[in-house]
Amino acid sequence: MELAAAKMIGAGIACIALVGAGIGIGNVFGSYLSGALRNPGAAATQTTNLLLGFALCEATGLFGLVIALIILFT
Amino acid sequence: MAMTLTPMEQFEVKPLMEHPLFHIAGHPIYFTNQSLLMVVVVIVASLFLSLAVKPGRLVPTRGQSMAETSYEFVANMIHSATGEDGLKFFPFVFSLFIFVLFSNFFGMVPGSFTVTSQIAVTFSLSCLVILLVIVVGFMKHGIGFLKLFVPHAPWYLLILLVPIEVISFFTRPISLSVRLFANMLAGHTMLAVFAGFVVALGSAGGIFTGLAIAPMLLIVAIMLLELLVAFLQAYVFAILTCIYLNEALHLHDQH
Repeated sequence: MELAAAKMIGAGIACIALVGAGIGIGNVFGSYLSGALRNPGAAATQTTNLLLGFALCEATGLFGLVIALIILFT
Repeated sequence: MAMTLTPMEQFEVKPLMEHPLFHIAGHPIYFTNQSLLMVVVVIVASLFLSLAVKPGRLVPTRGQSMAETSYEFVANMIHSATGEDGLKFFPFVFSLFIFVLFSNFFGMVPGSFTVTSQIAVTFSLSCLVILLVIVVGFMKHGIGFLKLFVPHAPWYLLILLVPIEVISFFTRPISLSVRLFANMLAGHTMLAVFAGFVVALGSAGGIFTGLAIAPMLLIVAIMLLELLVAFLQAYVFAILTCIYLNEALHLHDQH
């Protein structure tokens, strides 16, 4: 019973990784917007980098989520 | 609670036939719901792409336009990421992109199965990519491909940087596969959890039945986000493949 409880707590703690992903995604889009508003002409050329940065950021948080799932289901 | 929520049930791989197709080294190989969806994805994608462009109309219909746009989209992506000589890898990158894209979108159909939510599938795909990068690198540069691990830096920094470069190269298949798998897994789990809220609230009776509309609306919003993510992850998978190929082709030089 205690082991099950410890697993639940551990999985919950592992999900804290998503905080970093949230900050990172906000940073990516915020920086893009502030750059794009200063130089709208160059904004369209940077959408590839924007999406790439978004996906890379999101993935780091999801790694934490995968750890949580591994803890829960193994 | 009235009913138990099983959000992970949708990822179970179940054999569709009672008897295994054949045995490999004593292990039975079944035809599962995952194999079925993979076959469906490949058939639908190839039929759509070949039939849409077959008439070769000068003024394209919507279908032909979609097929041609996806071709140009991937060609532009390879050209901007790897330059002119990366275009000979177009068939590989295009097949990867279309397979992942169609798998993600087929997974969005309620009741179907998401092929890319299985780490076995995504890890095989990313291993294929990394093996191709290694083979291409050694074929083009010979032993000089190892210069990839030595960035331009003073020698005392190289002691630190070379191990980091080696580790980051060999964790690429893991990060590439886990990124796609975790995105699909997390999205579909979230949808199932919110669907569970709808059922639990709806069966609670009284005022709660009316409140069930809130998670229902949220599911619609998340579904839209998941459609975006489904496209974005296929795109990221393809463009990272291009970036890795670019490193193998040009080492540290710009193209």
